[in-house]
Amino acid sequence: MLTKRIIPCLDVKDGRTVKGVNFVNLRDAGDPVELAAQYARENADELVFLDISATEQQRKTLAELVLKVAATIDIPFTVGGGIRSVEDVSILLKNGADKVSINSAAVKRPELISEVATHFGSQCLVVAIDAKQINGQWKVHLVGGKVPTEIDLFDWAKEVEERGAGEILFTSMDHDGTKNGFANEALARLSTEVNIPIIASGGAGNTSHFIDTFTAGKADAALAASVFHFGEISVPDLKQQLKQQHIAVRL
Amino acid sequence: MVAIIDYDAGNVRSLQFALERLGVESTLTADPETIKASDKVIFPGQGAAASAMEKLKKNGLDKLIPTLKQPVLGICLGMQLLCEATEEGGVNGLGIIPGKVIRFSNQVKVPQMGWNTINNLQSPLFKDIKEGDFMYLVHSFYVPLLDTTIAQSDYDGAYSVAVQKNNFYGVQFHPEKSSKAGSQLLQNFLAL
Repeated sequence: MLTKRIIPCLDVKDGRTVKGVNFVNLRDAGDPVELAAQYARENADELVFLDISATEQQRKTLAELVLKVAATIDIPFTVGGGIRSVEDVSILLKNGADKVSINSAAVKRPELISEVATHFGSQCLVVAIDAKQINGQWKVHLVGGKVPTEIDLFDWAKEVEERGAGEILFTSMDHDGTKNGFANEALARLSTEVNIPIIASGGAGNTSHFIDTFTAGKADAALAASVFHFGEISVPDLKQQLKQQHIAVRL
Repeated sequence: MVAIIDYDAGNVRSLQFALERLGVESTLTADPETIKASDKVIFPGQGAAASAMEKLKKNGLDKLIPTLKQPVLGICLGMQLLCEATEEGGVNGLGIIPGKVIRFSNQVKVPQMGWNTINNLQSPLFKDIKEGDFMYLVHSFYVPLLDTTIAQSDYDGAYSVAVQKNNFYGVQFHPEKSSKAGSQLLQNFLAL
């Protein structure tokens, strides 16, 4: 039976791990390669590296980091942040990334999704969507959630699927950093409206939040950062508790 | 020496790293003589079947692969291309494994993405790997159960997660990404 995936997310800048609370305040949580190896040992199912570097020089550091991670860990990992072109994707995949995640660049130029899917296949393409509710409507946001658009979350998710995304990483800006649980209603609706896997992101605070997102939220995978990095939730404990709730996990 | 067939079909870096972690050197090559002379051949694959077959044909690899005598391991799309044909793009494969690759129905999310259990393990390829161990998979098309099935998994029904005919082995999962069980499988292949 296909299991639900637990995905620690490592925000990286200048080769170090950082985590934003509501994407603004940053805290240092260590060396990404070491942290990645630790998560792999703990049976994390996948990892996501999100590069929040701003400059080209820092982006070169990312490619080197990807190579080091690929040499070290034996579970799949996704790399995202600032990817704008087929060339950007090519470098990361050649260095050993299994998947790339594109976000703002896809909203600005949706053809990028089709181009990446055609060149490298849907299996390596995650489209990340940041959204929050404005007057009861889920609207897609850009630049780490700072810039609102008029685009409806569900319309965008359908377009993303049609253009060849392999899965969707949905972050609720209303939930991110709150530790009050995932956006399960929107997640469940996404799962009925598209037929590709959905990764839930934003709001993880305790174990029951993961149980809820896999049941009520129908999520295929759940992503979190600080609760894992600061040891508030351990991946093995979390998986044991999910199993007790009859949720299929890899132990 | 292990040859990894180079036909520009996706990320092989992880596979090379996985072999390195086992202390094994590999050569990424499209050269027929090098491939023929190697002890083991790995046939990777990712992306679309039609363009992968085209690339194989361009290098004459579609003629070479079926003639190989040493153990050959097809991974993911590599396994699917060992078959006669695939629904994906309606292309013919290498025809080594009788059977046709088909698409998952929309009763399930497509692609299947993540860790699934493998069962009915029937080959030395699975030495020291337990029934119900997990492997990492990403695929939209699958090989149905066949006479050549040596392991199965379940997603939208039971299907072949590994096949074997003579010296040709195929696995749908990515051993290079499947933690300890995957590493064990690679080691078993190298020991064949």
